[in-house]
Amino acid sequence: MRRLIQFSLLFGICLLMLPLWRVGETPEAAPARADAPAAKHRSYTETITGSKIKFDMVAIPGGEFVMGSPPGEKDRKDDEGPQHPVKIQPFWMGKYEVTWDEFDLYWRARPGQKEDKEPETPKDADAVTRPTPPYADETFKKGREGHPVLGITWHAAMQYCRWLSLKTGKRYRLPTEAEWEYACRAGTKTAYFFGNDPKQIGDYAWFADNADEKTRKVGSKKPNPWGLYDMYGNVSEWCIDRYKKDGYATFPRDKPSLSPVILPGEERYPNVVRGGSWGDEAKDCRSATRFASERDWLRQDPQRPQSIWWMTDGDFVGFRLVRAVAEQDNLKKFRSRITRQSPDD
Amino acid sequence: MMIEPSNRPNSATRRDFLKTTAAAAGAIVATQGSLPAVYAAGSDPIKVGLIGCGNRGRGAAENVLSAAPGVQIVALGDTFAEPLKEARERLGKFTQRKEIKQRGNSADLPESRCFVGLDAYEKVIGCPEVNYVILTTPPGFRPIHLQAAVAAGKNIFAEKPVAVDGTGIRKVLAAYEEARKKNLAVGVGTQRRHQRAYLEVLKRIQDGAIGELVGGRCYWNQNTNTKRRAEPGETNLAYQIRNWYGFPWLSGDHIVEQHVHNLDVLNWALGAHPVAAVGMGYRVPRDPGYGPIYNFFAVDLEYPNGVHALSMCRQISSCANEIGEYLVGSKGSSHTNSAGKLIFQINGKKIYTDKEVRKQANPYVQEHTDLIESIRSGKPYNELKQVAESTLTAIMGRMSAYTGKRVSWEQALNTREDLVPKELTWDTHVPVPPVATPGKTPLL
Repeated sequence: MRRLIQFSLLFGICLLMLPLWRVGETPEAAPARADAPAAKHRSYTETITGSKIKFDMVAIPGGEFVMGSPPGEKDRKDDEGPQHPVKIQPFWMGKYEVTWDEFDLYWRARPGQKEDKEPETPKDADAVTRPTPPYADETFKKGREGHPVLGITWHAAMQYCRWLSLKTGKRYRLPTEAEWEYACRAGTKTAYFFGNDPKQIGDYAWFADNADEKTRKVGSKKPNPWGLYDMYGNVSEWCIDRYKKDGYATFPRDKPSLSPVILPGEERYPNVVRGGSWGDEAKDCRSATRFASERDWLRQDPQRPQSIWWMTDGDFVGFRLVRAVAEQDNLKKFRSRITRQSPDD
Repeated sequence: MMIEPSNRPNSATRRDFLKTTAAAAGAIVATQGSLPAVYAAGSDPIKVGLIGCGNRGRGAAENVLSAAPGVQIVALGDTFAEPLKEARERLGKFTQRKEIKQRGNSADLPESRCFVGLDAYEKVIGCPEVNYVILTTPPGFRPIHLQAAVAAGKNIFAEKPVAVDGTGIRKVLAAYEEARKKNLAVGVGTQRRHQRAYLEVLKRIQDGAIGELVGGRCYWNQNTNTKRRAEPGETNLAYQIRNWYGFPWLSGDHIVEQHVHNLDVLNWALGAHPVAAVGMGYRVPRDPGYGPIYNFFAVDLEYPNGVHALSMCRQISSCANEIGEYLVGSKGSSHTNSAGKLIFQINGKKIYTDKEVRKQANPYVQEHTDLIESIRSGKPYNELKQVAESTLTAIMGRMSAYTGKRVSWEQALNTREDLVPKELTWDTHVPVPPVATPGKTPLL
């Protein structure tokens, strides 16, 4: 009995010390760190360490679905097929798109923080890097408090996730394209999660017909059946995947692919963007619609290399977080390989 | 009194020009006479020498390769080896692109035409192959480079601003006259003058859409700029050139280096340069690595006939940001903003949606397209004078803010202020001036 108490105490102390070790860890070790297995897969609210900023994560059950759109779907594009079955493991997804309130904690200088931050190309390649400030208004005058982040590169979104993971001790990342579509469809097979009639989209989305070229505070329309807001419109959302026009053809059609993902390399483009934005018509906000990022999203950036953080003309792209319950192997160590020297076409 | 559009100097020329070539530059001076010795009109290749291989220089080189067929980059120059190496590698890759190859454009950059050092500009300009130089070094060097390029009879694309003080402006105005005599083409990186949406707004203003112009405002309020740390073993001069933004002799301060864009739009619309300025500014405490420049200015610009315009510029993060111009007329107003949020409005009505503007030709490419077109059609234009005036507008504002005095155009132009050291070698020690103090810093 005494031994048991001793053991319990020792174990308890170890547990208490765990967060301390984490504080002292080098950034390098962080991505490899396994998330503590979640006892129960339930929705939760995360408060970003050292701030009062919170965000909500919705538990998404694992399951199977058919990815892509059928040939007969109105306004379908070729890259949405062939349809193929996909199996998804349980995960959490951000209830809302990431807002400036959250993102500002990561990149903006705060009182007491040195004005001179990490250089864009740190000598320690594993350090979490932060954007240097852009010269123009990063919100594009579309609103800050409660509004979704926009105009940031895939690399900036990826780095935010690393920063947030270090802050919270939980592994946050961008969704895979498959996770995004699975969560968006929420069990539906229609063009939109509310059916096939695009006229209803105004109830769920800020898009070309109702947004007046602006974003709105996240969560100000109706959610999808799984309680996720702004899956269509407001801002388009980065996925982790490289965009391949004929990528779906590489997956089997007769048996489900488990957690498929096409990982980007050193090239800056094209990566997958989903959901459409304030600037897109209803037909381009379908569950299966795919967009590919391109160099033109920085066309007004007169410098070479162009910014790896901010997009002068990408004022329609933001992102949403996910967190796996048990991370798939090929994403455990995956991180952005973009640097100033990365090929940009 | 108001400035009546039709009574403005050169306004007829400008309006006619805008009507006939909406996609080309506004307010240009088409020169007549013999063609430059280095370039015969027609489809002869444009052979580019790039002087200044930093981020903007590399961008300008890609822009010119995208601007027209028959363009080749043939020489590079930079003070330092590293940016030149990067430019050479990047241009090698960039010219492998299908759309660049299809235009017959390329980079031919043997070691023998890649020059590093403080005299690299002379060597690029001395290449007989080069008939089009791009000047993208820090602005302090621009007057010397312009003079050398004009003396050698090269066509020129120079980045803005064209000088950092009145002494430099006098050199630039002399180079302008000389370039006109030689019939050289000179474009200067005020890309708003080549941007379709701006040209349309300015055309409508000049056609009377907002009536007689009575005033204006312009802003370049942005986030904190970046700086570079000193490298171990680096000389005083090398550090200043690498961290050029922070030193008035190299950048002219941010009112000159960046805000010149917005001031150029005011001068363009008002058809005149201001006659005097009363400015103020200083800096909030900051790391010494930013050099002795200010981080905010506000200037009242007095134009002819009692018209006033307000200019503001700031480089401090987490403040109200805006980059744009407003003109106020007797019948209405205009608002233009081409960075971040896109705004092109007359009397509160959008002329273009954001999407439409983003689909229009890239102005950083268009400015080369127009310049090359002017060369090939035998009617080379010269933007040097108008941008010298816009640059001096900014310099006048800085002089007033630094000294606290009202500064007239003549005082700014004829100043004894001569910021750029002569005869630079790597051993030259360039003293760093204290931060200017209004009321104490003398007006030279």
